[in-house]
Amino acid sequence: MITTIGAIVRGDREVFPPYLYDAYRSTIKRSPRLPLVDVPLTLSERTGPGPAISAITPEDADLTRNAGTGGEAIGQRIIVTGRVLDERGAPVPHTLLEIWQANAAGRYVHRADQWPGPLDPNFLGIGRCLSDADGFYRFLSIRPGAYPWKNHPNAWRPAHIHFSLLGPSWVSRLVTQLYFPDDPLHALDPIFNAVPAPARPRLIARYDHSVTEPEWALGWRWDIVLRGPDATPFEAPQSSQTSQTSQVSQAAATTAKEGAQ
Amino acid sequence: MSATTPTATTAPITPGIAPSQTVGPFFLNCLLREDARRNVLVQPVTAGQRIRIEGRVLDGDGEPVLDALIEIWQADAAGRYHHPADTSAGTRAATPPDPAFIGFGRSGMDENGAYWFDTIRPGAVPFDAAPADQSGRMQAPHICVMVFARGLLNSLATRLYFADDPANDADPVLALVPAARRETLLARRVSSDGSGAVYRFDIILQGAGETVFFNF
Repeated sequence: MITTIGAIVRGDREVFPPYLYDAYRSTIKRSPRLPLVDVPLTLSERTGPGPAISAITPEDADLTRNAGTGGEAIGQRIIVTGRVLDERGAPVPHTLLEIWQANAAGRYVHRADQWPGPLDPNFLGIGRCLSDADGFYRFLSIRPGAYPWKNHPNAWRPAHIHFSLLGPSWVSRLVTQLYFPDDPLHALDPIFNAVPAPARPRLIARYDHSVTEPEWALGWRWDIVLRGPDATPFEAPQSSQTSQTSQVSQAAATTAKEGAQ
Repeated sequence: MSATTPTATTAPITPGIAPSQTVGPFFLNCLLREDARRNVLVQPVTAGQRIRIEGRVLDGDGEPVLDALIEIWQADAAGRYHHPADTSAGTRAATPPDPAFIGFGRSGMDENGAYWFDTIRPGAVPFDAAPADQSGRMQAPHICVMVFARGLLNSLATRLYFADDPANDADPVLALVPAARRETLLARRVSSDGSGAVYRFDIILQGAGETVFFNF
């Protein structure tokens, strides 16, 4: 598979994926082609909806029982927990996390998901909770299955859980995905691989036996570090142009090497 | 559900900033559930001029993106953000933010690929890009916009300005945008009835008239 990596990235280009990554076909017509305009963080970006919206959103953190049927979702019960942190490692308290995922068979409750995996009437695949005063969040769910998509022949997404975090400011707004370790589909997934290789492990939860509850559920630990006003890629246009060019070359070289494996 | 969580002392070394991933096609039931979608930002007692923002998101073929998600963030009518970092420093009046206005909107797309918000026209806000900026420079009234969609590996950040606002000429962020592209950030008044004005703001992801997107 030939992969073109776009040069247009928002945020640190050693961390964030480019908008154009043509192995992921949906990027081809939806990625901007003109350079992003570098802007400083003003009061508009250093504020954001996180504190106010988090304060008024009810928690709904048990995905195994929130379908309202009185029944329990089928699948391997999991606890997904960790901390929301800022770039200095300080906890981000009381911030809203919204998650959605496929069921144990890899099927979403969504009209656009029509592959013949079974639906589970006791599983909606949505949840939300707030981080506590120390930044900890915690969901109870079932382990999602992999599912096919139409990106390329015999394409399958590795098991994942979508996470959306408002965070403390507009610059910290993040939508991302949690993956599980040792999944052979990682190497085949263009969405996962659009992230620069050194940063990919940050998307993978780790098994944590201290989180596992006996005779109940397996524990997974995933800490999430949000951007904040302290680290901005804004710099003088001339110097950023130089560093962007060399980093894009490095990224292209890395991908070429992986493609050969 | 048990309240057991690991203790803070077991926290590993900070792993580094989390990369973004696409919102994908299946966010509807979560991010747009009834109490999570926020097309209407105003309450009856919210201060300010009522406006409607509407538009479409178009791809590189000019086709509407039906599975996009738009979020907006804006100040109240007096230019105050509902956020603890807005400390009302500088020359602005020490009035608190409007308690009847948060300033956050989240909209999906209808069957024609259109999003909409009922909100108020925001006031001007300080520029203060540097810590302890004492210049008193102001930004023209604007609304921060973020676009999410299948095929966007990271959200796109842009801003909506009002085409009929003379303050745009002195806006320090618009000044960073190449002049020929500034009009892509201008919402244009398309109609009005007795209660407010309608502004149109289409977001073109790629190609002719491509919207200016920001890196911050």
